[in-house]
Amino acid sequence: MSEGHSTYTPKTGIERWFDARMPLPRLVYDSFVAYPVPRNLNYAWTFGGILAIMLVSQILTGIVLAMHYTADVNLAFGSVEKIMRDVNSGWLLRYLHSNGASFFFVAVYIHIFRGLYYGSYKAPRELLWILGCIIYLLMMATGFMGYVLPWGQMSFWGATVITGFFSAIPLVGDWIQQLLLGGFAVDNPTLNRFFALHYLLPFMIAGVVVLHVWALHVVGQNNPTGIEIKSKTDTVAFTPYATIKDAFGMIVFLFFFAYFVFYLPNYLGHPDNYIVANPLKTPAHIVPEWYFLPFYAILRAITFNVGPINSKLGGVLCMFGAIVMLFLVPWLDTSKVRSAVYRPWYKLFFWLFVADAILLGWLGSQPAEGSYVFMAQMATLFYFAFFLIALPVLGLIETPRRVPNSITEAVLEKNKGGGGHPIGATAAPETKG
Amino acid sequence: MIPKSGNRFSDKIMLKQEDRAVENLRGFGMKKILTSLALVGLVAAGIGAAGTWAMAAEEAHNAAAPTHFPINEPKEMSWSFTGPFGTYDKAQLQRGLKVYKEVCSACHSMNLVAFRTLSDLGYSDAQIKTLSAEYTIHDGPNDAGDMFDRPGKPSDYFPAPFANEEAAAASNGGAAPPDMSLLAKARGVERGFPQFVFDIFTQYDAGGPDYIHSLLTGYDETPPAGMVIPEGTHYNPYFMSGVSLKMPKPLSDGQVTYDDGSPQTVDQYSRDVATFLMWAAEPHMEDRKKTGFRVLVFLLLFGALVYLTKRKVWEGVAH
Repeated sequence: MSEGHSTYTPKTGIERWFDARMPLPRLVYDSFVAYPVPRNLNYAWTFGGILAIMLVSQILTGIVLAMHYTADVNLAFGSVEKIMRDVNSGWLLRYLHSNGASFFFVAVYIHIFRGLYYGSYKAPRELLWILGCIIYLLMMATGFMGYVLPWGQMSFWGATVITGFFSAIPLVGDWIQQLLLGGFAVDNPTLNRFFALHYLLPFMIAGVVVLHVWALHVVGQNNPTGIEIKSKTDTVAFTPYATIKDAFGMIVFLFFFAYFVFYLPNYLGHPDNYIVANPLKTPAHIVPEWYFLPFYAILRAITFNVGPINSKLGGVLCMFGAIVMLFLVPWLDTSKVRSAVYRPWYKLFFWLFVADAILLGWLGSQPAEGSYVFMAQMATLFYFAFFLIALPVLGLIETPRRVPNSITEAVLEKNKGGGGHPIGATAAPETKG
Repeated sequence: MIPKSGNRFSDKIMLKQEDRAVENLRGFGMKKILTSLALVGLVAAGIGAAGTWAMAAEEAHNAAAPTHFPINEPKEMSWSFTGPFGTYDKAQLQRGLKVYKEVCSACHSMNLVAFRTLSDLGYSDAQIKTLSAEYTIHDGPNDAGDMFDRPGKPSDYFPAPFANEEAAAASNGGAAPPDMSLLAKARGVERGFPQFVFDIFTQYDAGGPDYIHSLLTGYDETPPAGMVIPEGTHYNPYFMSGVSLKMPKPLSDGQVTYDDGSPQTVDQYSRDVATFLMWAAEPHMEDRKKTGFRVLVFLLLFGALVYLTKRKVWEGVAH
């Protein structure tokens, strides 16, 4: 935590020279070497670092791809195929980039669910959480626009459907939609502005990431017990402890990422996107990228009018509302205990929420007909009930388990239980050497 | 620092381990976790069962008026190019090219494939030169401003059978035959749950070729009694967008002569051309899989070393 005194002492002449003028080495040392992290962080905490390398990887592959890409409705599809066929290692760059987007979202979803499970959004980390939500929103905008660039059938029709949401907004809707499209339909101006924005947004993400990390370094990391750091024994130094653990987490993550890039590069995409965009031919089912599917299911679940709100506007409101919920989480949760580890009822509802989100994702990939609609409506209801009912009410009625006095105490108890006690030893054999 | 007995695997199971450690102390044991998990499982199973039942109800349709396509799932064939060490069979690619040249290319273009890339099929530079010269390329304008015809060069692309899409549509009953360059990646029947989960582990990447093969061999089946086949279309239960398609049965036994002794059957032609189209859509697949194997082996070894280092670093630090 930054309020702690800096322990950096410049040893060489050049370090002293820098330290007197612009203490960058001191900043790096204090942030990534001496920075105290809770000793009990598990592997769920490695996803912050994983997200950082995914952002860097996306920017690097993206810049090289942009050198070969042409943002023109007549040339875009062909230029992507040129990358796939003729550019040296172009297939690798493109598959890294397209699958990289998916794995960026895999990592961010684990990161968000980790925050929800351990109560990482609670005071004093509200701003840290909201900055994260902003990054997530920017990621969604970037991912959506990136999917339009290859100018396949799903690019075109996905863009048509998603920009169509905005026309549901009363009064200014049509104006916003036309501003986004640069015309009345998805066409060359749309592709050009999406390309420009797709290149810009990742740098905005990087900017907000800096704020996110800054806020993190002010309030310090949460940990599985949700107890604040109280003494020096609660923490270990970032380097080597967190660095080596993060490195291992990253390698495992990269292993799964590489598995998809090299063996199943089109698994997460849609075959229709290998057909060049045709404004006169609508695909049988228009499906967005998998990481938008839960929200797409919520959008289509609203098939009824409520007073002056017609079903289209209702769907759009619910879809955006689903994201707004995340921003409100710090104030919706009334519990005094952070971590779900000590909250038996919240833990149950958390896993139900995870199941619900996965169910919504699957429903989003299915046609909106028959019983799927009813299932999507029920799942949407539970989605909102989790935030608006479960989070505030559970905090008031739930009796949490006894929370240890400190991280050190929790760690000591755990190791005693795992190593000393014969019953505990059989229950958790893997904690034995 | 608390000396500890080493914590080899516990960090991996992050959530469970955390719960367990705390709950062991409270004397609850695993009971509560199991109860919670069981509840979650029950709800999920209930939702799943309801969904399956609902789908089954929807699927119970009239055989003569199906609502979901394709009527038959594509047959899963065994291909040389699937799996982590998959490679293209060069002889098969050459046969597939022959089928494309002699049959498909009458209607289907292949705009993205250049003659020079046929070296992947095992042809020498001289052979490619001869092969490309068989084609007439419309080029120009020349110095006098005129368009002219010339023999093809290796740097040329397969010329399209029709001057433009409108001409292609007009000659084919109103629908232009699709370009074949990416067909093997642009077609694929949805696999559905739970098959799409298994596909990750089996590395199923032949959805396109399976579909193409099934479609090409699926013309001989008779439609169920009472089914209405629109005029000018041909019944094929493997077609993914309806009961029938405009393309008539394109292949028949003995139509293309093979000089390597392979069977001259529709089934063999279909396998060969599907393989050729997979190559056309994904020419760098062999390179990709080979690189992938090296990358994964590297990550495995590097990961093991980093893991051992991590253990060493954390030795004696209870966490």
